[in-house]
Amino acid sequence: MKIVVCLKQVPDTEANIKIGSDQKSVVEAGMKFIINPFDEFAIEEALKKREAGTAESITVVAMGPERTRDALRSSLELEVNEALHLVTEDDCIDGLAVAKVLAEQIKSMDYGLILMGKEAIDDGNMQVGPMLGELLGIPCISLATRIDIEGDKVTVKRNTDSGVEILESPLPCIITCEKGLNEPRYPSIRGKMKAKKMEIPQQNISLGTAGVEKISMTYPEARSGGRVIGEGPDAVAELVRVLKEEAQVI
Amino acid sequence: MSNLLVVAELQQDTFRKSVFEAVCHGKKIAKALGASVHVLIPGSIDKQQAAQLGEYGADEVLVAAEEKLKLYNADLYKSVIVNTAKQLDAQVVLFSATFLGKDLAPRVTAALDMVMASDITGYSVDGGNLQVVRPMYAGKVLAKLKLSGKCVISLRPNIFGAEKINEGQQAPVKDAQLPALESKVTVKEFSAKGGDKLDVADADIIITGGRGLRSAENFAMLEKLAALLNAAVGATRAAVDSDWRPHGDQVGQTGKVVSPKLYVMVGASGSIQHWAGMSGSKCIVAINKDPNAPIIQRADYSVVGDLFEILPVLTAEIEKNR
Ligand SMILES: Cc1cc2nc3c(=O)[nH]c(=O)nc-3n(C[C@H](O)[C@H](O)[C@H](O)COP(=O)(O)OP(=O)(O)OC[C@H]3O[C@@H](n4cnc5c(N)ncnc54)[C@H](O)[C@@H]3O)c2cc1C
Repeated sequence: MKIVVCLKQVPDTEANIKIGSDQKSVVEAGMKFIINPFDEFAIEEALKKREAGTAESITVVAMGPERTRDALRSSLELEVNEALHLVTEDDCIDGLAVAKVLAEQIKSMDYGLILMGKEAIDDGNMQVGPMLGELLGIPCISLATRIDIEGDKVTVKRNTDSGVEILESPLPCIITCEKGLNEPRYPSIRGKMKAKKMEIPQQNISLGTAGVEKISMTYPEARSGGRVIGEGPDAVAELVRVLKEEAQVI
Repeated sequence: MSNLLVVAELQQDTFRKSVFEAVCHGKKIAKALGASVHVLIPGSIDKQQAAQLGEYGADEVLVAAEEKLKLYNADLYKSVIVNTAKQLDAQVVLFSATFLGKDLAPRVTAALDMVMASDITGYSVDGGNLQVVRPMYAGKVLAKLKLSGKCVISLRPNIFGAEKINEGQQAPVKDAQLPALESKVTVKEFSAKGGDKLDVADADIIITGGRGLRSAENFAMLEKLAALLNAAVGATRAAVDSDWRPHGDQVGQTGKVVSPKLYVMVGASGSIQHWAGMSGSKCIVAINKDPNAPIIQRADYSVVGDLFEILPVLTAEIEKNR
């Protein structure tokens, strides 16, 4: 069985986000980019399945501008088998438009399992996985914290907001990965050396008409300056009074 | 007249709190679009309770009381929603961005080839088009988006608030039409979480502990305070990574995003990634021994000092004031 991992490159979690003069774009100069943290769980899980012999190969697919190559290179350093770059300079915030591009690409590939993060931390859309399942006509199980493959069946554990579910699905299917699934590894020296020599094929793509149009971006209102009530247990009575009478939250 | 469909979520045979918010703001959007509001409930609920959604703005309530929908299955729920949306030729399908809403909304969007915006925190209607505001980059910026054509939106819970728009009004309750219900995915096991364990995503008050708590056992102090306030206990990543708390309790950029009325941070520094998950809280309180901790600058109220001395006193004071 072959695994396809979908990956997105995103600004580092520490990055300061500066809105460009057009009010729509983000100033990228000097910004550090990383593999979307949830996609790292997807890569790690794919590597584990290959080590366990349930998967024979891993293909990583990423859509995005030129800089996305760096994220794909990082995935090659982890020794995935191949990486494919779908190139677009379009900062696409329309989840369905992205899912359609991925579906078109993956449809003709040989895969038994598609893994990806539960969401990209830049747009926070949490849309593409389930949409892709719908478009490819295969099941999608979201937010996995455990994935066990046996033959052509996969068992997934996940935490919903009302409890814990164990779900079973035939392959092929899509699974989106949640924190807790595994601990992503660091690349080895060998992996780094190997990745240097590997090609990353690029393919230009165009996004269909997007139904979501960005009008503007603004910064959220800064919270007004806080107040230190006092020090130590002596301040507690005043804190409780303030919460009751001023803030009226308890 | 066009139609707006609100998907209502049940928990233990009654509405989740977010349902009222969704119906009420569904009504406000519908009004601006000249649409009527239909609420679909996958699962079974007491008719009387269903009719009461009229008070929040529902023009009609459709109940899909089918045995197969008792346990959540994304494919089955999706089929019912898609079927109803098609019948109504719904202009807008609205969800709450709960676990279930986040799981379902994109499937419905793709199945109906609509346009989607998730986790919105604001909206307006302009010339028949819906414009929404949603946080991006973990809340570091707010984006205003224009949605063209038929769209699916999910509302971030606890932001909008619910009000009874039509006091005393009962909505007609009908059976939803069911399509063929099939899924390749089977639910092998479901264990509901302990009845008294409130999820951080649902709580009005959250008491979060960080690395300063030092051990899993010490979280009992937070549990005690939380019980008094009917609050949920949250955690920073440092606490989760130390195995003191389950992953589901983590608040932040790679955890849950919450917007409670009161967020109390105990022994947590207020890192940028944690802030991303809780900056929408209405009131933030910090208890931290370091006067220079970032959270002290940003919290509405803070007490500087050793949490092990302060917490017992705080708990006693709250108990006394009840
Ligand atoms: C990609 C990425 C994603 C991340 N996602 C998240 C996320 O979703 N959520 C999250 O929380 N973090 C996240 N982090 C981690 C984040 O950067 C911080 O490391 C983490 O939030 C720190 O947790 P903390 O505040 O508990 O610990 P610390 O930063 O170590 O703070 C502990 C605080 O406790 C105080 N303290 C200690 N002892 C006492 C005492 N006795 N009494 C009173 N105060 C005391 C200290 O003064 C200090 O301020 C992420 C990091 C990365 C790189």
